[in-house]
Amino acid sequence: MTTLERAAPVAFGFLGLAIWQGAIWALDVPPYVLPGPIAIVQAYAADYGTLNAALVSTLTVTVTALAVSATLGVVLALAMAASSLARAAIQPWAVILQVTPVVAIAPLIILWVNQPFLALVVCATIVAFFPVLSNTAAGLAATPPELLDLFKLNGATRVQTLFLLRLPAALPYFLAGLRISGTLALVGAVVAEFVAGSGGFASGLAYRILEAGYRLEIPRMFAALTLLALAGIAIYAALGLFAYLMLRRRDS
Amino acid sequence: MIAIEGVSKRFASGTLALEGISTGIAAGEFVALLGPSGCGKSTLLRLLAGLETPSEGVVNFAAGRPKAGEIGFVFQDATLMPWATAAQNVALPLRLQKRPDDAAVSAALAQVGLAAFAGAKPGTLSGGMKMRVSIARALVSKPKLLLMDEPFAALDEFTRHKLQEDLRDLWRRTGTTIVFVTHSIYEAAYLASRVLVMSARPGRLAADVASNVAEGPDRRGAADYVAFVKQLTETLRAVMPDEAEVRAA
Repeated sequence: MTTLERAAPVAFGFLGLAIWQGAIWALDVPPYVLPGPIAIVQAYAADYGTLNAALVSTLTVTVTALAVSATLGVVLALAMAASSLARAAIQPWAVILQVTPVVAIAPLIILWVNQPFLALVVCATIVAFFPVLSNTAAGLAATPPELLDLFKLNGATRVQTLFLLRLPAALPYFLAGLRISGTLALVGAVVAEFVAGSGGFASGLAYRILEAGYRLEIPRMFAALTLLALAGIAIYAALGLFAYLMLRRRDS
Repeated sequence: MIAIEGVSKRFASGTLALEGISTGIAAGEFVALLGPSGCGKSTLLRLLAGLETPSEGVVNFAAGRPKAGEIGFVFQDATLMPWATAAQNVALPLRLQKRPDDAAVSAALAQVGLAAFAGAKPGTLSGGMKMRVSIARALVSKPKLLLMDEPFAALDEFTRHKLQEDLRDLWRRTGTTIVFVTHSIYEAAYLASRVLVMSARPGRLAADVASNVAEGPDRRGAADYVAFVKQLTETLRAVMPDEAEVRAA
């Protein structure tokens, strides 16, 4: 990749922003319909304390949900790998949870779980845990059969096979699942915050988006939206880097 | 050492992989199982390893069923653990048998000429080096029986020749009993002291040919090697005319 190619996406982004801002000025679009980039930055500068606190709140829910998802996904995948009975019992429920829109069940969860933070984490976990579960399960099932034979020929115990072979062999699959789960956890957290926010519970960036919408502070709404997008990109990139470093350390 | 008596293998799918195999393998022999793809050579090897059980017949070991580590197995791919170093991969059988022995690991690596690569991860090794690590792993617990399932099939010609030569040296030095599956007539003729020719679908033992190729530095160029290749080719052609012609071409 040349320096020019590396700079291309950034330059293209700035070009897009410039055209956007130019069109706003030229066509005299009012900010409550569509604010320009400058108005958005100004809105952020005017209220960065509240918005940053909201970002931290959303990220706390996201990271907690991701940690719970990773643990839960690996534990369930191990159970499914260890026994076909457990697999038969768990798999359909995992799929049902995955296909049920979290928007539909979030109000119930927020009603049932009294502690708001916990309710948000539960919602985000429901959205996020499936990729870790299915990827880790696939990884555990994809252990090279020859290596399993080799372990058998040398009288390996189940515990040895799990820790020396199955888990390390499943690591790349787990990491790929974790990366998908990371962005899904953010989506789940935002959806739950929207539902909780409609009920009057103030938390996170989604609530700030709702609030700004009610007050017709559209530039502030866009500022919150931009923070969300940046948070999503950062999570995806960070988990990608984490996976890269883990596998590089492991294999070289 | 091993008596194979009337062994048949039918898989759960209904496929009859092997039918009525009876033969013996003496200690110190280098036996090649030669036949086209799908003739059940690998299945027979897995039966010897105890990784499959026969549907009919028995596989008897003179010294009783081998214990963990008494059989070394080399697969078609090196099948190393990419996260472990060469030495850790070689040490695996001993670790699983709970009798770690660093000296044995170093000796096994030296035996395949990779003493300098003990700390290297498989991702940094060439195909031939990976296969050498795989062979060292099979040798580390000093097995009485070494089973090899087309171990050199995926290697380039030059590396294959080198590994064949080294394997023969190793066999002559250690006297380990080796059963080697291959679909290459040249490989069987070069390596083995005895060749079992198999026919396909179902896999039957078609011929049992002892090698009379003399030991010597230039085995591949020797007249008796060329004659042996010809003899094996004709044997294969007799049992499966079409496929033998393809293989020999």
